[in-house]
Amino acid sequence: MSDNRKLIKIATAGSVDDGKSTLIGRLLYDTRSLTNDKLEAIERNSKQKGFDYLDFSLATDGLVAEREQGITIDVAHIYFSTENTNYIIADTPGHVEYTRNMVTGASTSQVAIILVDARKGVIEQTYRHFFINNLLRVNHVVVAINKMDLVDFDEDTYLKIKGDFEALIEKSNYNFEQVTFIPVSALKGDNIAGKSENMPWYLGNTLLDHLEVLEPQDLVENTAARFAVQYVIRPKTDKYHDFRGFSGKLQGGPLAVGDEVTVLPSFTKTSIKSIHFFDQTYEVAQPGSSVTITLENEVNVSRGDMLVKSTELPRSEKELSAILCQVNQTPLQVGSKLILQHGVNSVLAKVQSIEHLIQTDFSGEIPAERLQLNDIGKVNFKLSKPIHYDPYTENRDNGSFILIDEGSLDTVSVGFIQ
Amino acid sequence: MSNILIPNPKEAESIHIIREVAAQFERPVLLFSGGKDSITLVRLAQKAFYPARIPFPLLHVDTDHNFPETIVFRDQLVEELGLELIVRKVQDSIDQGKVREEKGKYSSRNTLQTTTLLDAIEEFKFDACIGGARRDEEKARAKERIFSVRDDFGQWDEKNQRPELFDMLNGRIHQGQNVRVFPISNWTELDVWEYIKTENIRIPSLYFAHKREVFFRDGMIWTANEHVYREPHEEVLEETVRFRTVGDMTCTAAVLSTADTLDSVVEEIKSSTISERGARIDDKRSEAAMENRKKVGYF
Ligand SMILES: Nc1nc2c(ncn2[C@@H]2O[C@H](COP(=O)(O)OP(=O)(O)OP(=O)(O)O)[C@@H](O)[C@H]2O)c(=O)[nH]1
Ligand SMILES: [Mg+2]
Repeated sequence: MSDNRKLIKIATAGSVDDGKSTLIGRLLYDTRSLTNDKLEAIERNSKQKGFDYLDFSLATDGLVAEREQGITIDVAHIYFSTENTNYIIADTPGHVEYTRNMVTGASTSQVAIILVDARKGVIEQTYRHFFINNLLRVNHVVVAINKMDLVDFDEDTYLKIKGDFEALIEKSNYNFEQVTFIPVSALKGDNIAGKSENMPWYLGNTLLDHLEVLEPQDLVENTAARFAVQYVIRPKTDKYHDFRGFSGKLQGGPLAVGDEVTVLPSFTKTSIKSIHFFDQTYEVAQPGSSVTITLENEVNVSRGDMLVKSTELPRSEKELSAILCQVNQTPLQVGSKLILQHGVNSVLAKVQSIEHLIQTDFSGEIPAERLQLNDIGKVNFKLSKPIHYDPYTENRDNGSFILIDEGSLDTVSVGFIQ
Repeated sequence: MSNILIPNPKEAESIHIIREVAAQFERPVLLFSGGKDSITLVRLAQKAFYPARIPFPLLHVDTDHNFPETIVFRDQLVEELGLELIVRKVQDSIDQGKVREEKGKYSSRNTLQTTTLLDAIEEFKFDACIGGARRDEEKARAKERIFSVRDDFGQWDEKNQRPELFDMLNGRIHQGQNVRVFPISNWTELDVWEYIKTENIRIPSLYFAHKREVFFRDGMIWTANEHVYREPHEEVLEETVRFRTVGDMTCTAAVLSTADTLDSVVEEIKSSTISERGARIDDKRSEAAMENRKKVGYF
């Protein structure tokens, strides 16, 4: 794409009705991202419901059931751009029952906007969502204290909530570079894209200005190169008779022709012969590239294997300890056998022990026999084969996995390797 | 010389998804409509497997009411790239008595396509169907997963979707189920056009301004053709138009436009105040879309 704008991925969070969908609708409206047909649909629907204002949540609540109940059930992905930035925003549900969908939205985001209703302050679901963003290590957090119009734009109310939230950050082990507090009214547009005239006491940026100045390079990690092989390419044509390329998406650092690499799990050493992308060859591939690599030596490589620089080996273990978030009704207990999918590689996993559940209000741990839907806990596993991972705290991409139920074939939990 | 590959994140993500399909499924297929999104998918699939061929066929569900340009384009593309193309016809479903032809002013074979598609899935035992839908197109599509599991009846259980975490795609399914895969979920309409421009991808001439026999109805511009029902008072005019989205003739309206190059098309889309689906007759359920079609007529 000729587009040189930076790309930022954001997810909303916060309790039900705190105004997440409204805030996104407002952002779309204020940046003139709503086309006339979409805007007219919102106007008509708002009138139909008897509102004397525009219900911006209708811009993202796309399912009939959501509009009927006035809540968000599943994540909506929304796209808009300004002169400098392309945004992808995941609007997530606040309802406890749909926490799994909130985790889905947050897992692919670099920035979280956590909403707090100024009338209610920091409540249980705020804790939970902050905890999940903390667990996911979302790089950057904005706390939007919303519905300021309903508390007369009162500075003391804002300061009280800010103080409560800061106390929460103290309790967490979180080292966000920056947590930013902004008093807003999503409905009326105060401090969303335009500065609020009702809150002269607030001297900071509007939400949009704040997002505009975030630097994407500050939002990605610097990690070692990890190249998980997705698919082996063997053209078997006259021209490419002996071509054997390993395709995948490069994560972490760059890889270059000539780099000495180790193939896992065989621990065979070889070096990179060529890097292909479509009909071109390259000397270096930057992180995030979906490329095809050929190797100097005839080594046995198949899907799920990993190429790494020989000086930067990950851990290879058959036993694993992880924080799990249960995203399915089927509970997880000691002895449960599941498929563990780590990137594009799958092995079998057995739950050896459950150490404890972690309370999402940062009040500590409690013993447990099983993990129910939306529970978060620390679990130990034994695997059928080793996986090649980095701890999640060092590497988000190579430190996470999903668990799949062998019967239902559903994704039942997400894990963060310790 | 050191030449460095700097990835386009959306393109790299789409290629990752397409490779997962080839790796996780036994019988994938790419649903090809001849429109810009499915043409973009073909390019992405080429890139995913180069220098090998695309390891799955294309399926076109043909209503026999396509623009002739689309069919000519389709056959050239398949020939040029050495692709395998399967065509299944709505006419056959009609002849077999499975669906009934619609009659009257708004008749279209658009909705009949579903039956033909589901039959083709069963006939070939396809377990993954790759489609070009994007989340920015429409509110309900904004809720789609990248791997979206469908039951034996092709239904989408929108309130109970599998969580999709990080970039890990779980394509495991039971016998009879299949997965709809949307590799360009995260692209916008403008992303697609800019990609077509930078990649120099050939697209059907319908997307560029041309002279065409048309008639106006409900503020929209309809193609005047034997397949499109027209009332005697609906007068045929020659106008300079182009198509922003290409479906079959009975459900795709043209827009008045003089944009006859990729550059001018991109510029036109950037400054457009209506959405892409605004020119889809099949989206006529919503009132706002109707009002906007009136505006399209004046443009
Ligand atoms: N007065 C006032 N009302 C607001 C504001 N923001 C949101 N609301 C109202 O609060 C209600 C809930 O807003 P939503 O945007 O649907 O809340 P949500 O956080 O998306 O809710 P879930 O997605 O179900 O968790 C709606 O009636 C909004 O109009 C605000 O700034 N001021
Ligand atoms: Mg909502």
